[in-house]
Amino acid sequence: MALPKVNVVIVGAGAGGGIVAKELAQAGLSVVLLERGDWPRYDDHNDDELNSQRTPVFGNPFGPDDQRHRRVVVEGDGATRVVVPSDWAYNNNAGCVGGGTVSYGAMAWRFMPEDFRLRTTYGEVKDSTLADWPISYDDLEPFYEKAEYEIGVAGDYSNNPFCGPRKKPFPMPGFPLNKEGNRVAEAATRMGLHPFPIPMLRNSVPYNGRPACIHMRSCVGFACPVNAKAGSHNTVLPLALATGNCQVRTGCVAAEIIVDDRGRATGVRYFDANNKGQEQAADLVVVSASATETARLLLNSKSKLFPNGAGNNNDWVGRNLQGHLYVGASGLMEEEIYEEAGPGATVAISDFNHGNPGLVGGGMLANEFIALPYLFCNIRPPGEAHWGKAHKDFQRRYYKRLCRLIGPIQEIPNFAARVSVDPALKDAWGIPVCRLSGTRHPYDLKLGEFLSKKAEAIIREMGATRVWRNGPGRGLGLSGGQHQAGTCRMGDDPNTSVTNRHGQVHQIDNLFIADGSLNVTNGGFNPVLTIMALAYWVADSIKSGWKGSQFR
Amino acid sequence: MQPTTPETNSPATPDDWSRRAVLKLSAVGLLGAGFGGATAIGLTRWVRTTPLPYRFFSPAEATLLIAICEQIIPRDDAPGATDAGVIHYIDRQLSRAFADHQAAYRSGLAAFGKTCLQVYKTPFEQLSFTQQTEAIRLIEAEQAPRELWGEQSQQGFFSMVIDHTRQGFYGSPRHGGNRDYASYRMLGLAYPNLIGQNRYGAKRPG
Repeated sequence: MALPKVNVVIVGAGAGGGIVAKELAQAGLSVVLLERGDWPRYDDHNDDELNSQRTPVFGNPFGPDDQRHRRVVVEGDGATRVVVPSDWAYNNNAGCVGGGTVSYGAMAWRFMPEDFRLRTTYGEVKDSTLADWPISYDDLEPFYEKAEYEIGVAGDYSNNPFCGPRKKPFPMPGFPLNKEGNRVAEAATRMGLHPFPIPMLRNSVPYNGRPACIHMRSCVGFACPVNAKAGSHNTVLPLALATGNCQVRTGCVAAEIIVDDRGRATGVRYFDANNKGQEQAADLVVVSASATETARLLLNSKSKLFPNGAGNNNDWVGRNLQGHLYVGASGLMEEEIYEEAGPGATVAISDFNHGNPGLVGGGMLANEFIALPYLFCNIRPPGEAHWGKAHKDFQRRYYKRLCRLIGPIQEIPNFAARVSVDPALKDAWGIPVCRLSGTRHPYDLKLGEFLSKKAEAIIREMGATRVWRNGPGRGLGLSGGQHQAGTCRMGDDPNTSVTNRHGQVHQIDNLFIADGSLNVTNGGFNPVLTIMALAYWVADSIKSGWKGSQFR
Repeated sequence: MQPTTPETNSPATPDDWSRRAVLKLSAVGLLGAGFGGATAIGLTRWVRTTPLPYRFFSPAEATLLIAICEQIIPRDDAPGATDAGVIHYIDRQLSRAFADHQAAYRSGLAAFGKTCLQVYKTPFEQLSFTQQTEAIRLIEAEQAPRELWGEQSQQGFFSMVIDHTRQGFYGSPRHGGNRDYASYRMLGLAYPNLIGQNRYGAKRPG
């Protein structure tokens, strides 16, 4: 029997879901937010590199767990492999209240105006589904601003001429550059480039009732012990709960969006924290479960009018899976440049995001987060020994002398890179799991080579004694991971998209998507601020379409 | 769920003799009353005289694995894998988080031991350090007698031991290795991380 009907049920309490919950609860709608994970607790993960979301030796500290979750990965040769969440090939983000925003590095990028109209700017790319977004940077600008102010971004763009126009300055001053950041900035400036502080969803000064950053070296991969790092769990969700209109149900795994024979969503079937099947009836369903899991949920929601999954009559759900190919360069310095001040990434260069002669798009470069000692073992120039005295000597000599400059390239979407549901394998609740197949577009390697050469040149200019490029280590591979996007593309043409420009699924008027799945393309930047802005945008559309007691 | 289980750095079985010795020392006033319990516990480890018992490995397996790990991170003027207690990290995890790797360790160590007996006519741990390095290079290159390894990849086994040795050497001491933050001392990192320990004074969100 269905639980008493509420106005809205939201699946997933990450960057997107938290914002939609807060916006709708404040507007007076009754909201149930389902989250498969639990509230994060800092004390479980204190400064322990082996319990980091970056190096999850004992399974993901911020979920999902390896015991109950599985995916099937189709390798290049067609062979399949079953993987658990702590395996990189699972392409995990996180599974807890706050989602990836608990343990992320918190870079707060707006995409550039060109990122919303790549197809118009650069033309067609063969074998790709490259397209413009149905909305522009200008459409999203007020919502970027809202995310920057409500979640909290520290930044300073006085030396970044490449960003889109902003109506208001950042709410907090930018972070100062660290030793490595200053060296990068000096070299880049000599080369005529434009280094500036990375905008961060992290308090540089006390803000919104939370303290300023205390600069722990164990930051990215960890929860912030003082909540200086801002995410859904410590900004919008407390506000949503304070309205009295929102209930967060943790340990709840969504199995299916129930769509009736007339093509309307009537609620969500899920398993509660005691693994008991439940049905939550609602006027409106919002899915914000990440690009992989959102697609999986839609595909697992079969109904009379949508026999292949909700919104999937055109076979576009789960297609165009994107993430970010990370490339760059590393160098070893004569003198120590390590600074005991986390998270370590401070400086960025946006000169190569667009306008690169003969190339489609590009990417941002930034100095890298501190690599803790275990992770550092894998940072080696080609040919360096991995064990023995040579290993130890390298650790000792270069731990504080490493400089790294890396960045995400703007990937070219393609139809074959996809999430589908596996015909055989089910998770612990009996729900068919994600099946990941396809590869990146070959163009990404070309762009990757370009950007890594630029990074190499800057590191050489810094005076590093030994420099090597960090190319795409796993070749083409499949992209997804923490920056996963694109699987429920928004668009004006229902034949080549899953939702309209408001995140509303074509033909199912009361089913919305609010996460990176909507991204038509994924920018040459970390996508979280765009996901947040989109969530505000989608929530705004829902609010304006809400007529008293139900949605039309 | 595994990661939420707190671990301590205390030995599986309290070393009674040492603890009594420390208490006795404290009683005669060498430590002084002001040092408190933490100092006594620290010293208990310092004066330990008997080896810790193993949860998974037999004594012979442990001896062999200790020698292999010491090749991966050898002692020089800084502690090596043995000093840092890497064996205890691996042993402890094999009985819990790494239970899936039990079979690989059991068969891999057996094949490793037999390889040395066949090729060098000597157990690995009795070879000279240089010969041990040679033996490992053989296995790393998948060149040991195939019949001794069967289906198991030699290189795969050694890669797994490298990874676990690094975890035990560079990871948090709470998991059984990195004794007294040996690797953090070597790298010149503050230990434990003092920044962040003042969190209870910070204002929490309302």
